[in-house]
Amino acid sequence: MAEIRFEKIEKSFGNVTVIRELDLAIGEGEFFTFVGPSGCGKSTILNMIAGLERADRGRIFFDDTMVNDLSPGDRDVAMVFQSYALYPHMTVRENLAFPLRIRKTCKETMNREVDQIAALLGLEELLSRKPGQLSGGQRQRVALGRAIIRRPKVFLMDEPLSNLDARLRVEMRAELKKLRRELGITIVYVTHDQEEALSLSDRIAVLESGRIRQCGTALDLYLRPADIFVAGFIGTPPMNVVRGTVREKSPLVIDCNGRIISPLTENSPPKSDVLVGIRPDDLAVSHEQEKGSFRVTVSEIEPAGPFNWVDVIWNGVPVRGAARRDEGLVPGEKVYAVFAPENVLVFDAESGNRT
Amino acid sequence: MRKTLFYSVLLLVVGYCCGPYLWQLITSLKPDGELTALPPVFPERVTFSHYVSIFRESRFFRIILNSAAVASVTTVLSIVIGSLAAFGLAKLNLRRKGVILGFVLSVSMFPPIATVCPLYLVIRALGLRDTWWGLVLTYTTFSLPLSIWTLTGFFARIPDEIYLAARVDGCSPFQALCRIMLPVAAPGVFTAAILVFIFAWNEFLFALTLTSTTASRTVPVAIALFPGLHEIPWGDIAAASVVVTVPLLALVFLFQRRIVEGLTAGAVKG
Amino acid sequence: MKRRDGRYIFVAPAIVLLSLVTIYPAIYVFILSLRRKMLIFHISRFTGLDNYIFLLKDDRFWNALWNTVYFTAVSVSLEMLLGLGIALLLNRPFAAKGMVRAAVLVPWAIPTVVSARMWEWIFNSDFGILNYLLGMKINWLGNPSWALHAAIFADVWKTTPFVAILLMAGLQVIPRELGQAARIDGAGAWGVFRHVTLPLLKPVILVALIFRTLDAFRVFDVVYVLTGGGPANSTETLSVYAYKVLFQTLQFGYGSALSVVVFLCVGGISILYIKLLSGIRA
Repeated sequence: MAEIRFEKIEKSFGNVTVIRELDLAIGEGEFFTFVGPSGCGKSTILNMIAGLERADRGRIFFDDTMVNDLSPGDRDVAMVFQSYALYPHMTVRENLAFPLRIRKTCKETMNREVDQIAALLGLEELLSRKPGQLSGGQRQRVALGRAIIRRPKVFLMDEPLSNLDARLRVEMRAELKKLRRELGITIVYVTHDQEEALSLSDRIAVLESGRIRQCGTALDLYLRPADIFVAGFIGTPPMNVVRGTVREKSPLVIDCNGRIISPLTENSPPKSDVLVGIRPDDLAVSHEQEKGSFRVTVSEIEPAGPFNWVDVIWNGVPVRGAARRDEGLVPGEKVYAVFAPENVLVFDAESGNRT
Repeated sequence: MRKTLFYSVLLLVVGYCCGPYLWQLITSLKPDGELTALPPVFPERVTFSHYVSIFRESRFFRIILNSAAVASVTTVLSIVIGSLAAFGLAKLNLRRKGVILGFVLSVSMFPPIATVCPLYLVIRALGLRDTWWGLVLTYTTFSLPLSIWTLTGFFARIPDEIYLAARVDGCSPFQALCRIMLPVAAPGVFTAAILVFIFAWNEFLFALTLTSTTASRTVPVAIALFPGLHEIPWGDIAAASVVVTVPLLALVFLFQRRIVEGLTAGAVKG
Repeated sequence: MKRRDGRYIFVAPAIVLLSLVTIYPAIYVFILSLRRKMLIFHISRFTGLDNYIFLLKDDRFWNALWNTVYFTAVSVSLEMLLGLGIALLLNRPFAAKGMVRAAVLVPWAIPTVVSARMWEWIFNSDFGILNYLLGMKINWLGNPSWALHAAIFADVWKTTPFVAILLMAGLQVIPRELGQAARIDGAGAWGVFRHVTLPLLKPVILVALIFRTLDAFRVFDVVYVLTGGGPANSTETLSVYAYKVLFQTLQFGYGSALSVVVFLCVGGISILYIKLLSGIRA
């Protein structure tokens, strides 16, 4: 296990700066995830940890050793690729044994390790098959096994679950967590699926255009997003964002799309134009009018198991809320919606930062 | 109706392609007397005397040995050097990749006649005239564009992640080439080898200028210079042609799919 | 930064070999062309552009140039048309397709020299099967008007397969649905060809054109063996003429000048095509 430290890392490809001024520390044994939209630079960071890309500026440390100049084979990292990258001409056994074979491990040890890993991942029956004869989930486990067998300091995973169907993905997530508990390894994980990030990680870094917008636990990111980007990225379905105007600074009174509210914020908004974020699960839609509710028009209903997501129009602005499953809403109906002002988030309209 | 039209055109095409060669085959089996008298088209008396004669009188064994040796060694060298270069170009993200590929491509456009004279002088100065090595050196170099072009195409088709995985698993680039890339690209390497072999076997201009005796003379030169005292020995030439082409035809019929893949690997961006 | 430099070692052997055995002679031939060099008389002195001035006044050179251009133009056109026809014909599944493809590759696999001697025998005015089948007694290879065309025919026979194979590969990449969509829109077979197939095939056609034009311009083997450049220099192409000057009259200086001219022509053609190709890609 090792602590990974980035100091002022920068990386460009040609004229495009992909990573700017990255400073980060990943703790020993931590499950750390980089999440963000395509092109935000998360795979590049992973490749830099692995040694497959070199940073243009800055230093990377494993514990106290600077590893910038070390080749991938010398860094004691293991990587699971999105496409698994299994060697097609080798059997599962040979694939698993390959990292040990390169290091000239003796045959007995190799076979012992392979059998151990195969037992751990349920691959015993498949050892003599070739990757072409395996299913997606099986290939993924072989890729995992090939990574685990060296007991590396650091585990790198580049969207390893994105090629699996939904049910398998949920299964594999559980297996990953179990493995993590049993082996106690440092895992650096990359995904574009924020749900996956939230469910697996100790800490998450949200990346956008090569910069970390926020780094923290799942709860931090969900309850206290640093800016509008993080708020909109984390959480399914995405947060509703409506424009608002500050009427009074203290106590804070905001005209939010026609509704006057007094939300709780850590600071005062710097300007009068703000964006107000209301999570869909905080917006209750029903036929009943209650204190604080306002009129909306139903446009779409999307069943979601125990309740329904409801798209409504609020003063001309489309937002999404939740309704009871048996509420019996109909598109075009005029109904009521309500939210608790304590749960909303206020962002400065210009900078996007949360206040 | 359309089907018969299609198949008859198909037959025409096959006849156009194979007909001339089949005629040569028939010619090689005709005794001398019948050669100069048409009709008959088919031999009345099938004879193998021409085949016997070329091996006994024209030292054809030696000539075939020359061609086989030169072509084989060329193929091995060209594939080895070509694989190294193709690997570098396909997987190692070289900054000058475009320049190098352009260089290799432009060399393939050199007219052989332009380089044959200086090459002749250099080979002669090195004492390699009329030797196998003179030809091997020349052929290896001139076949490099072909092998690099073909091999780069095949290497590029292997997903990058497989190479990266090998690196993370601890391989140096060279180890990754030998243990992973070459085995996975083996069919492509085989195809490239076939193409280089055929190139070396069929080459004429350099063989003509760089060899002088049967010590190193190759098959194309021998067939072009077939000795004839009073008249051209058509029967013998036909026999030699058949003998020489049989291995090539075997290659083509066995590996036609691979050959087509190799020829089009660089040209068509699918 | 030593890690970076280490990677170039993979391409180093190829580049070294190519430079020594092709670039170096290429430079050498330019230098030779500026000299008068005849090995057997031990003459070797610098004469500047004399060889080139002589070349411009050399009728035989212009004859060779014309022959080469004519040969290239006719040969390449025929190959492209025939090759395209064969490719279109074979671009559908049918029984024994593999066998047919192999049969089509036969001319390509046969050494050029063997094929030239083969055609020499077929074109033979007395005993050749062509005259027999036609019932005529044309002196194909001995008549200046026919000889070049005989050479063209032999070359086309040998190289059409290569063009056909390339074009077939290009056709395979075109999705069948496009042609079907065009048919539904009302296009006939010719319409589909003109508006769907041909435009999508353009890049491959251009690649085939480049390769074939360069090869045809540089032609040596088939002419040398079939006719030796005769009769009356009617089939003498630039490469054949240069070869004769170099290795029969042993004038290495003038021969090099001729070689350089071939080199420049080929270079010019390449540049032209590359410009065309990048124009299509863009």
